[in-house]
Amino acid sequence: MKNASVQRNVDWISILLYVLLVFAGWLNIYSASLPAETTSIFDLNQIYGRQLVFIIICIPVIILILAIDTKFYEKYASIFYVIGLLSILGLFIFGKSVKGQTNWYQIGGFGIQPSEFVKTTTALLLAKYISDTQGQLSTLKEQITAFIIIGIPTLFILKHDTGSAMLFVSLIFVLYREGLPAWYLWVGLITIILFISALIVKPIVIIASIILISGLHFYFNKKLNRNPFIYLILTVLMSSFALSVDYVYDNLLESHQKDRINVLLGEDINLQAEGYNLNQSKIAIGSGNWTGTGFLKGTQTKGGFVPEQHTDYIFTTVGEEWGFVGASVVIILFVCLFFRLIYLAEHQKKRFNRVYGYCVVCFLFIHFAFNITMLIGLFPTIGVPLPFFSYGGSSLIAFTVLLFIFLKLDANKINEW
Amino acid sequence: MKKILLPAVIIGVTIIILVRLFYLQIIDDTYIKKSENNALKIVYEYPERGYVFDRNGKLLIANQPSYDIMVIPREVKDIDTLALCNMLDVSLEDFNTKLEKAKKYSPRLPSIFLPQLNKAEYAAFQEKIRHFNGFYIQKRSLRDYQVTAGANLFGYIRQVNEQNIKNNPYYRSGDLIGVQGIEQQYEDVLRGSKGVKYIQRDRFNREIGSFKDGIYDTLAVKGSDITLTIDSELQAYGELLMQNKRGGIVAIEPKTGEILALINAPSYDPGLLVGRERSKNYTKLYNDSLAKPLYNRVLSGEYSPGSPFKILTALIGLQEGVINEHTTFSCNRGFFYGQGAWMGCHDSGTFKLKHALAISCNTYPSQTYRRIIEKYKTPSEGIDKWHDHLASFGLGQFLGYDLPEGRKGHIPDSEYYNRWYPNKRWKSTTTISNAIGQGEVIVTPMQLANIMAAVANRGYYYTPHIIKNIENHDIDKKFVTKQTTTIEPKYFEPIIQGMNDVFKFGTGRSVQVEELEMCGKTGTVENFTRINGKRYQLADHSVFVAFAPKEDPQIAIAVFIENGSWGSRWAAPITSLMIQKYLLPEIVRPDLEKRMLEGSLQNEYDKVVQLQQIYEKPVE
Repeated sequence: MKNASVQRNVDWISILLYVLLVFAGWLNIYSASLPAETTSIFDLNQIYGRQLVFIIICIPVIILILAIDTKFYEKYASIFYVIGLLSILGLFIFGKSVKGQTNWYQIGGFGIQPSEFVKTTTALLLAKYISDTQGQLSTLKEQITAFIIIGIPTLFILKHDTGSAMLFVSLIFVLYREGLPAWYLWVGLITIILFISALIVKPIVIIASIILISGLHFYFNKKLNRNPFIYLILTVLMSSFALSVDYVYDNLLESHQKDRINVLLGEDINLQAEGYNLNQSKIAIGSGNWTGTGFLKGTQTKGGFVPEQHTDYIFTTVGEEWGFVGASVVIILFVCLFFRLIYLAEHQKKRFNRVYGYCVVCFLFIHFAFNITMLIGLFPTIGVPLPFFSYGGSSLIAFTVLLFIFLKLDANKINEW
Repeated sequence: MKKILLPAVIIGVTIIILVRLFYLQIIDDTYIKKSENNALKIVYEYPERGYVFDRNGKLLIANQPSYDIMVIPREVKDIDTLALCNMLDVSLEDFNTKLEKAKKYSPRLPSIFLPQLNKAEYAAFQEKIRHFNGFYIQKRSLRDYQVTAGANLFGYIRQVNEQNIKNNPYYRSGDLIGVQGIEQQYEDVLRGSKGVKYIQRDRFNREIGSFKDGIYDTLAVKGSDITLTIDSELQAYGELLMQNKRGGIVAIEPKTGEILALINAPSYDPGLLVGRERSKNYTKLYNDSLAKPLYNRVLSGEYSPGSPFKILTALIGLQEGVINEHTTFSCNRGFFYGQGAWMGCHDSGTFKLKHALAISCNTYPSQTYRRIIEKYKTPSEGIDKWHDHLASFGLGQFLGYDLPEGRKGHIPDSEYYNRWYPNKRWKSTTTISNAIGQGEVIVTPMQLANIMAAVANRGYYYTPHIIKNIENHDIDKKFVTKQTTTIEPKYFEPIIQGMNDVFKFGTGRSVQVEELEMCGKTGTVENFTRINGKRYQLADHSVFVAFAPKEDPQIAIAVFIENGSWGSRWAAPITSLMIQKYLLPEIVRPDLEKRMLEGSLQNEYDKVVQLQQIYEKPVE
């Protein structure tokens, strides 16, 4: 009876998009990892065989999630959150080091990456907290609490995996949707703009621009009767931040992080060393032209020129073998999923459901955006997988869990009032 | 606003991504090239160059395998440089310059590291090659000459230079290309086309199969064999006769325009320009500025034709109706053609046309020339008419033969003289030297031979050519198209009779052969050299033109001997011998043959050097 109602009410459009993305992802993983001798597609020694196993594992996971009562996720949100944090702390003791980053547990032949699951637990707790406050995140206490919920896992993950930590910043969109004042966003935006411009142009130019802009703003908004001291303080603050960027860049960033930024800025780079990944990624995508070389026919994919092509760089296979047309189709599938989820979230009666739905969209979108912009040279290289696409059991299952908890919440909305 | 922000950001980011993808994938096409550089290795298979046969089917040029050591600079890693240098006998310095040069051409494309190894060197190196990453052996075919005569008409093959690569995308660094002669002229058919294999490789440079199942791969196509119109025995005999002399011989079959022999002297052994000694030998030949063995005298040498030109003056006179075969002119060892202007001649008497030709009188053609020019109202009109008649014999223009070099020669017209005499105060007598082939008239030996072909045919010729047959191809239509001169056939008979008399009792009587009815004309061409701006007269060039037999001519020939004193001294005997060689089973004048083979003009050539040494004071 209950299952029947889930079947009837679950959003089949989202599921269809999910299935299409996972299937397209697997095809590209197959192409990227196909060895010279053909073997069975279930060959566990092959990457595509393992991914197929992960996909199959997702089926019972999905059924389980859809079967569990919605109350369960809301009620135990804080427990999940703590478990999530503990799993990351456990990495300090039990973690396995891969390429200098300790963010894996090794269990049998498979590795588990807990930070993938922490996104879900954080989203659950954030949704629970915001729905419990009934407020509009207008008090400082509410705002700080929300930031702490997001901030703790961010800091935990930052230690192992800078890229993943940056993903949590996207939750600011959720807070804004739930009432966070706009100036938080402005501060964030201005910080980013200042940081980037400080890397590109000389500090004196930036300071001159800041003074000019605030001067003009002050002059043309006389009627608002604003306090000139606020303008002065803001100007000084922004200027000193711009000046501090060089210090941050030179002293706080690690050398590989600096390299990644330099590569993007087109500084003097060695294409055989730090510039290799981006260069090969652009070559693979750039050689696709309109329709690509065709499935299994990409020379760059076959030659293995793009490193980690089946994981973070899987989209280069799409670009090479399916061309601009194929790449656009994949992008449009993602965008359709995002908009479908936003639509569903906005139609939830329960605030918990809506906040959680927004969290899902934010996480999926930020992965999507970081991953693809990184491959085409618009964003520094950070190791972020493409949801549903990239090879990896942890990320596939974690994204599946993240998405299907929301679909379960959505399917149950009829029973709520 | 709260609901709109996230969708707006999603749409914004998506548009940025799509625009960027469009730029990378569609607009900027450098990535396609780069991806090929990454993943494709191109392997060439060079086909054998076409063989060359003579008109009798005798093999002249075959091939031999040659092995080049190629290098791909970016793949040269961790090798024992010293061992490689020792094995190939190159110095370490040499090794570095060669590698640097290859890198400059392209770090990823192959360049020749060491060209043209022989079989023994190849065998020794082949065993070790796998120790030297980035080096491999490319097999090519080099020429294997079966004869020693004909170097100048064969041309040679060498590695392409940057210009060749730029002009024709077919060629890659290290490819071979024909230069000069038939190798250049028939490069496209001789070389065939190389086979290309695209091999896909991975980032460790391992080969992982063919690219797109080989749809872009092509098989090598063997070059077509060609048959030349050359008679290799005649060619070899001519070169033998020309030893120790400078000049050239052109022999043409009048009926077809086929070039039977094309001899340049001095020549060289074509085998010198093959193999590792090639560039050394080439430099030696190239730097010989006195004998100029690489200079094609018969095609590019422009000379005053001298007395053979009187044939044309007489033909034009007949055609224009200013003389007939019974017209007589008096000659008293020359004649006055203006106020105190004297044209000298070696005879005296009153001559008819035939006789004047036979004894090579200067007065007769000069008077004829005067009448031709003065027949018209103005000298301009006259000289242009005269010019047009000559142009119909192919003079003053490229003949259109199938060899890649040559000069036009020069036949003056009214425009030319108006430029020299701006007040137009020139007339027939001003230009009288033209009548006897001195003056402003300049021809190449090839053009002289072609005149003979036209005379032998009584008024037409075929564009001279050296190609008889190309395997799987047709030869150019123009070689079977009759070129008619402006002189009617009937006017040729008296001239041919006069040329026949040259052998009977004229200037060529000493080289006559009873068995053959030959027709010819001697020539003695004045020539000068300039040293420090002063003009010095050198020994005259010796010229002879002929065809035989008189009826049904089989061969037309022009012989040109630099500084050979006078026509009958060198050129006439050589002409006679060449005709005997071609038409008779054996040489019937061994006396002439002996004299020609033993004779040398080296003393004359040394005189020029001495003159230069005496008069060219070193600049201080």
